[in-house]
Amino acid sequence: MPVYEKILFANMERPGYTGALSDYQQTGGYTAMAKVFQGMPPADVIDAVKKSGLRGRGGAGFPTGVKWGFIPKGHPGPRYLCCNADESEPGTFKDRQLIENDPHQMLEGMAIACWAIGAHVAYVYIRGEFIRGAEIIQRAIDEAVAAGLLGRNLFGSGFDLDIYVHRGAGAYICGEETALLESIEGKRGKPRIKPPFPAMHGLYQAPTVINNVETLCNVPHIINRGAEWYASFGTPKSPGTRIFSVNGHVQRPGNYEVPMGITLREMIFEHAGGMRNGKRLKAIIPGGASAPFFTEEHLDVRMDFESIAAAGSMLGSGGVTVMDEDTCMVWAAVNLLEFFHHESCGKCTPCREGSSWLLKILHRIDAGRGREEDLELLTTLSHRIEGMTVCAFGDAEVAPILSTIKHFRDEYVAHIRERCCPFRANVHLAMAH
Amino acid sequence: MALQVLSQQAKAAIEAEFPKYPDRRSVLLPALWIAQREVGWLPETAMLDVAQILNLSPVQVSDVATFYSMYHLKPVGKYHIQFCKTLSCALVGADALLAHIKTRLGIAVGGELTPDGLFSIGLVECLAGCGSGPMMQINSDYYEYLTPQKVDQIFDDLKVFGQSALASRPYRIPLAMVS
Repeated sequence: MPVYEKILFANMERPGYTGALSDYQQTGGYTAMAKVFQGMPPADVIDAVKKSGLRGRGGAGFPTGVKWGFIPKGHPGPRYLCCNADESEPGTFKDRQLIENDPHQMLEGMAIACWAIGAHVAYVYIRGEFIRGAEIIQRAIDEAVAAGLLGRNLFGSGFDLDIYVHRGAGAYICGEETALLESIEGKRGKPRIKPPFPAMHGLYQAPTVINNVETLCNVPHIINRGAEWYASFGTPKSPGTRIFSVNGHVQRPGNYEVPMGITLREMIFEHAGGMRNGKRLKAIIPGGASAPFFTEEHLDVRMDFESIAAAGSMLGSGGVTVMDEDTCMVWAAVNLLEFFHHESCGKCTPCREGSSWLLKILHRIDAGRGREEDLELLTTLSHRIEGMTVCAFGDAEVAPILSTIKHFRDEYVAHIRERCCPFRANVHLAMAH
Repeated sequence: MALQVLSQQAKAAIEAEFPKYPDRRSVLLPALWIAQREVGWLPETAMLDVAQILNLSPVQVSDVATFYSMYHLKPVGKYHIQFCKTLSCALVGADALLAHIKTRLGIAVGGELTPDGLFSIGLVECLAGCGSGPMMQINSDYYEYLTPQKVDQIFDDLKVFGQSALASRPYRIPLAMVS
């Protein structure tokens, strides 16, 4: 199995590493912040991040330095940084590991980002369920404040910075950046219409940057070791390492930090140990539940933003769900539609109503009461949701349906013609240990 | 006006959140967390108290309390189980395990409490424990790589000790993988 240099997991994989401030500082922690706060011009920081090619790890892959550069210069009044720790894309569990094992890496990245955009207040928006994670971050903030790494006049620069933890309360949609802002403002987490973009009118209508946990964790390393060094990992357009959360029917589910651009085959069969119980692979979701399904035929697709997109899916959040030959694709689509139906915020009619119609049709197919015309109905309805909503949720909710119909049409037809699920027994007997 | 259910300590805890935000409304999610921690769930009276402390209208508070799934609008057990039903857990046996939990506790999902008031079960969507399913959350803790035997042990531990050593530690996977 190929072994690669790790950036984000390097600290936590040291024996005895606890993630406490003293441990983090012993491995060079907060030296990047010191370098920046002792006089690196914000434009140079933004430039370094641009040159590194770092792209957002939350799902969309937008260039981080460019995002920072959108904050208007010389704007009067406050501006904000929000760290998106609302990790809730099904199949993804990487930010949780970064938060719980090395919280200072994230805080240092946040501090540098705040310097770059001139924000004196930052919020960590963490999903409500990550109660232990929120406690760990708060402890880390308290340590940093006590050590003079957060608070007033940092490193003698005159720059003040406060970081606060804001807990969500159970809503997938709050991972969408403008819904996240609404949620901090004490409202329902409903996405805003863009434009205006958060860089101009974000939190409290002030210029705001929202970055994912993993994205921010990369920043101190880019400052310390240089943009060229960082760009030497991965591919020219998707530089750096990426943490993939591999799950489902593999031998060794887990978070694997690898350079972007390795193949799905290497990820699944080498790093994650291959399929459980000697079964054959049937389907892969390569980038969280919002990403269209792949099949065995896609195993040689490379795991970078461009390659996965060119093959018809998306790298998304880095959650890789693997399904074996016994998995019913209609059942999988039903499961994900139940998720999307539950999590639709209700703002846009096509998504709100459409998700319940899609689910109703899928349920009847799954229950052996499907009609011949249902496949066309599902497809037409999906196309009327896609692109018709304020945020990307609408596109996400139809991805599992359209892609399973595309790759596994036979299974839908079998459910409809045979009036039952050919896989039912397998699904319910599957019990993992 | 006097508060109906929240204590002065809860009020003080809510007011301690004020300096973190430029306005009062932003304290709504933290305030509801504080209220729920004290009462165990969010009756209308608690929402009215929160509205009064934050100087918001009652509807602004209930609008938010009804949107987020972790705010309980009905009483839940002392140990409220949030059981993950989403795909990655379902692929590794969540359905069968849920059947075991329901039989073991003798209650249905949603709303029902065990007669001693200790347990209730809610079905939830993905909790970001997808590589370590089947999994569930009980109050502050995650429990992962679940089997019927582990579930029984966790319930026994909670009944007797109020906590269980089977709760997940800081998450490292596959380094922390349990056989």
